Amino acid sequence: MDALYGFFIAPFADFGFMQRALIGSLMLSLGACPVGVFLMLRRMSLSGDAMAHAILPGAAAGFLFYGLEILPMTIGGLIAGIIVALGAGAVSRFTIQREDASMAAFYLISLAIGVLMVSIRGSSVDLMHVLFGTVLALNNEALALIGGIVAVTLVSLAIFWRALVAECLDPLFLRSVSRLGSPVHFIFLGLVVLNLVGGFQALGTLLSVGLMMLPAAAARFWTVRVEPMCVLAVLIGFASCIAGLLLSYHASLPSGPAIILSAGVVYFASILFGTRGVLRARIVHHRHRTA
Amino acid sequence: MTNACLTFRDLTLGYGSHPAIHHLDGTIRKGSLTAVVGANGSGKSTLMKGIVGVLKPMAGSVIRAPGVRAAYLPQQSELDRSFPARVVDLVSLGLWPKRGMLGRYTKEDRESVSQALMAVGLGGFEKRPIDTLSGGQLQRTLFARVLLQDADLILLDEPFNAVDAKTVGDLVQLIKRWHGEERTIMVVVHDLDLVRQNFPETLLLARQPVAWGETKETLQPENLLRARRFHEAWEENAPWCEPEGHDHGHVHGHDHAHDHHHGAGPRAA
Repeated sequence: MDALYGFFIAPFADFGFMQRALIGSLMLSLGACPVGVFLMLRRMSLSGDAMAHAILPGAAAGFLFYGLEILPMTIGGLIAGIIVALGAGAVSRFTIQREDASMAAFYLISLAIGVLMVSIRGSSVDLMHVLFGTVLALNNEALALIGGIVAVTLVSLAIFWRALVAECLDPLFLRSVSRLGSPVHFIFLGLVVLNLVGGFQALGTLLSVGLMMLPAAAARFWTVRVEPMCVLAVLIGFASCIAGLLLSYHASLPSGPAIILSAGVVYFASILFGTRGVLRARIVHHRHRTA
Repeated sequence: MTNACLTFRDLTLGYGSHPAIHHLDGTIRKGSLTAVVGANGSGKSTLMKGIVGVLKPMAGSVIRAPGVRAAYLPQQSELDRSFPARVVDLVSLGLWPKRGMLGRYTKEDRESVSQALMAVGLGGFEKRPIDTLSGGQLQRTLFARVLLQDADLILLDEPFNAVDAKTVGDLVQLIKRWHGEERTIMVVVHDLDLVRQNFPETLLLARQPVAWGETKETLQPENLLRARRFHEAWEENAPWCEPEGHDHGHVHGHDHAHDHHHGAGPRAA
């Protein structure tokens, strides 16, 4: 019993930084995982990755002017992310170019500017910090910010749920009954940016998209409906955060990659054992019903 | 005309600088049932898109009578069949005009979804994931959604594609029921026998209307021949269609066939 307590509970009970890391990462999962589900269903999984890179110059600008302060870096990241999201979204909506190509173009330009800015002032240690984050150094300010982002995300999802589902399922239909199609698309991109920015302090710009996509991708193997898929993604996110933080604590590993790798383990397990996974499809198919 | 549901005024719709519907004038009467026929590329789907508003006119306008709500079943749906949704989720989208984005679905709403599915012969399919439906079943599901939209103007773009004979019969009955309820209906169809049997009015298109009116008159052999001779391809160096300013109206539209004058355009016949 004591061993279990020592392994699972004590790290969080004894250390404030672990508690804050836990609260921060759980809140992040609550907002980012449902957003990730829609990102995946809209076949924009890699756009999330691109967007995460696009945030860099904004964060770097904040860092350049104010040093390692969460608020300026967050606001900078938000602005850069929104510019790229709107720019790429507008190019794909109003020209013949598809979103994947316009997104790639915008994020590459953005990333180059970001790396340039960080390298002008600052050592590679700072660059590493922006790229990989430190979940163990979340202060109260950062937690409040993440809390706000989660609240905005959940409220927006609740309000726009039906429109978002319609826009994913049958965009042409939505356009024929309502003008909400384009606004919903942009609001959704805004949520993506918001959650990536919320995650970058904890997980870094490169890995914050991991907590968004991996639980969503894993949940896809278990259910055929959107609502349970979102719930399941959040639960997988929770489990990955707890497992990752414990792993990081006990094995002295960096926390961000530990969390994402935990989600990766769930993902591979889901591919194999999910109700819509590989093994089920291979093994169960020799039995069928009469109608 | 007071009882016009749709009025086309010198309507030109197209892609790039090329018209697919060229200077269309005329009206669709309230409560009419019109078949839209014509060769590939004659502008049938384009006209539908123009009416529903997903394609903006290059010139002219489509005027909808005030308060008319349209339901549109496109030929090439952008439906994502891999999306994790059930039949009931897809059909329930048809409640949008009634409930909007935020309105709760009531018990009656759920019942009306079941009834709509029953009406297209898919009773009990509510819980089926949409990626397990056959092509014809999906088409009927989309019909059920149109049914639920309870629209005054119903636009169906080749609704009978990939649908078996029995189902076509069922769907035609449904269309006739709508007609009986004084709804205005336009259907793009290729099967002329089907049109002759079931549609009182027909619009025969070849970028411009070749004939428009009672089905029996419209589908006369000479009209069909003219429509068949229609020159489908765009000509990159077709002359620009300049407005003449003083001459707007029905006549103007027909006189503007001059960009086909060395092809076998409808007026060349």
